[in-house]
Amino acid sequence: MSAAGTYTPKPGAAPLSRMIAAQAALETKMLLRNGEQLLLTVVIPTLLLVLFSAVDIVDTGKGEAVDFLAPGILALAVMSTAFTGQAIATGFERRYGVLKRLGASPLPRWALMAAKTLSVLVTEVLQIVLLTVIAFALGWSPHGNPFAVLLLLVLGTAAFSGLGLLMAGTLKAEATLAAANLVFLLLLVGGGVIVPLDKFPDAAQSVLGLLPISALSDGLRDVLQHGAGMPWGDLGILAVWAVVGLGAAGKFFRWE
Amino acid sequence: MGNESVVQVTGLVKRYGSKTAVDGLDLRVRTGTVTAVLGPNGAGKTTTIETCEGYRRPDAGTVRVLGLDPVREAGALRPRIGVMLQSGGVYSGARANEMLRHMAKLHAHPLDVGALIERLGLESCGRTTYRRLSGGQQQRLALAMAVVGRPELVFLDEPTAGLDPQARRATWDLVRDLRADGVSVILTTHHMDEAEQLADEVAIIDAGKVIAEGTPEALCRGGAENTLRFSGRPGLDVGSLLKALPPDSAAAELTPGAYRVSGTVDPQLLATVTSWCAQHGVMPEKIAVERHTLEDVFLELTGKELRG
Ligand SMILES: Nc1ncnc2c1ncn2[C@@H]1O[C@H](COP(=O)(O)OP(=O)(O)OP(=O)(O)O)[C@@H](O)[C@H]1O
Ligand SMILES: [Mg+2]
Repeated sequence: MSAAGTYTPKPGAAPLSRMIAAQAALETKMLLRNGEQLLLTVVIPTLLLVLFSAVDIVDTGKGEAVDFLAPGILALAVMSTAFTGQAIATGFERRYGVLKRLGASPLPRWALMAAKTLSVLVTEVLQIVLLTVIAFALGWSPHGNPFAVLLLLVLGTAAFSGLGLLMAGTLKAEATLAAANLVFLLLLVGGGVIVPLDKFPDAAQSVLGLLPISALSDGLRDVLQHGAGMPWGDLGILAVWAVVGLGAAGKFFRWE
Repeated sequence: MGNESVVQVTGLVKRYGSKTAVDGLDLRVRTGTVTAVLGPNGAGKTTTIETCEGYRRPDAGTVRVLGLDPVREAGALRPRIGVMLQSGGVYSGARANEMLRHMAKLHAHPLDVGALIERLGLESCGRTTYRRLSGGQQQRLALAMAVVGRPELVFLDEPTAGLDPQARRATWDLVRDLRADGVSVILTTHHMDEAEQLADEVAIIDAGKVIAEGTPEALCRGGAENTLRFSGRPGLDVGSLLKALPPDSAAAELTPGAYRVSGTVDPQLLATVTSWCAQHGVMPEKIAVERHTLEDVFLELTGKELRG
């Protein structure tokens, strides 16, 4: 059937950098191929940005609507990829034995997680480019310190990834699917993304303000809309969520 | 075939809560051989294999694979083994060639992916994603993923479950080629003919223990009774034949003129039967010794009731 020696053992792991790059590329491809994931990460943020900038549905305060909306939508984009999308994808990978099978491959587990993070970051860059272009077309004029924006996005990604992986690694895949979508919806409404937090009662505001989505959208808005320096309070909230979320995910994540 | 072992399991115990899935199991796989692990559903085959693959930590006993501890030395072991899980293991949205190319990229000296795809008939999968592949196509992809990294040792958990006869034979041919090239293979199966065809060594597991092991020939020879049949005049004196035979034998006239002798059928017994025939002026026609199959042995050892 085949030439003798075809299967002669010649084992060995590929270089780590090549394994991580290949894994990240495959994960990104799987995400971009998945219709529901695209709806979540691309279609919904884009539609909300366009719709709410064009039509005065919610009162976004003084100034251009897009200046208020764009930072919120960027926060939503981060949440949709790092939290909702990652939780659902990883939950089903766990259910269908993908994580298990990769666990027997030369790819170490930490490298698999690194590749997942890389894939999330690549997706976020694509989202941010797309949303920024659209926002500019709608007349957006951002201010502020790009470094502060970057820091907020990175900490936000870490916080949402921790929570998403915690969910994917402990709940059943169907439960993760339902819960991740529900949380996405609730945080979209109650996290200062398109509805300003000051529209809620005072008591609710102080609680909602501690959510990672509120901290991210509020921090981005402080910088991009109002030209603030480092939004330390919001960065602090995100850092706490990141430490707690990633720590809990690291402790409770089950691979099978 | 060397005498060293690639897998050495001693006194393995594995519990899930209060349930003991593997209960003091010993298993040794010699380098360069194909070893088949047989056993009823729930016997502990998958648990044993997955412990060797490093997925589970033994509750007692020791497991050495290629001389390594599969849990503590996982990093060193994983590049050297190939794994086919009993099910799953592929992104539901991935295409067959995409997933196989990916597995190849994780290894330093992978096989030619195109040739492997062709060999296992996976080129027809085209752009179809994993969740829409047929069960047999999914199995063949998982098999390809287990060998693409050019491992020294391959674990195949029910590699031919759900395959059509052609695909089963293609899998057998691949396993034989692996062995010919020096790869050690350990597989589980419920097909006794598969074990007889492929395996150098067979281990039969029941309730978490190895209850029989050896080459397929040795297992069929020992243990189970064999049968000798012949035809002659109807109405021969079976009682007198029985007296001439060793005590553990039985003899009967099944239909007029068709006789069956069962017991330990060896050359001695054959000689006894033919000389009895000679004494009684009987020409034993169509005399035949029926070797028992592995399936007979298996059913005799593990009983005929269904398992939970
Ligand atoms: N993760 C688990 N949690 C609890 N019990 C388990 C688990 N995995 C297996 N078992 C139990 O352990 C026993 C052995 O299971 P195992 O999968 O090893 O059997 P098997 O020989 O591979 O069976 P089959 O031929 O059906 O594949 C079974 O009773 C099974 O129910
Ligand atoms: Mg099994």
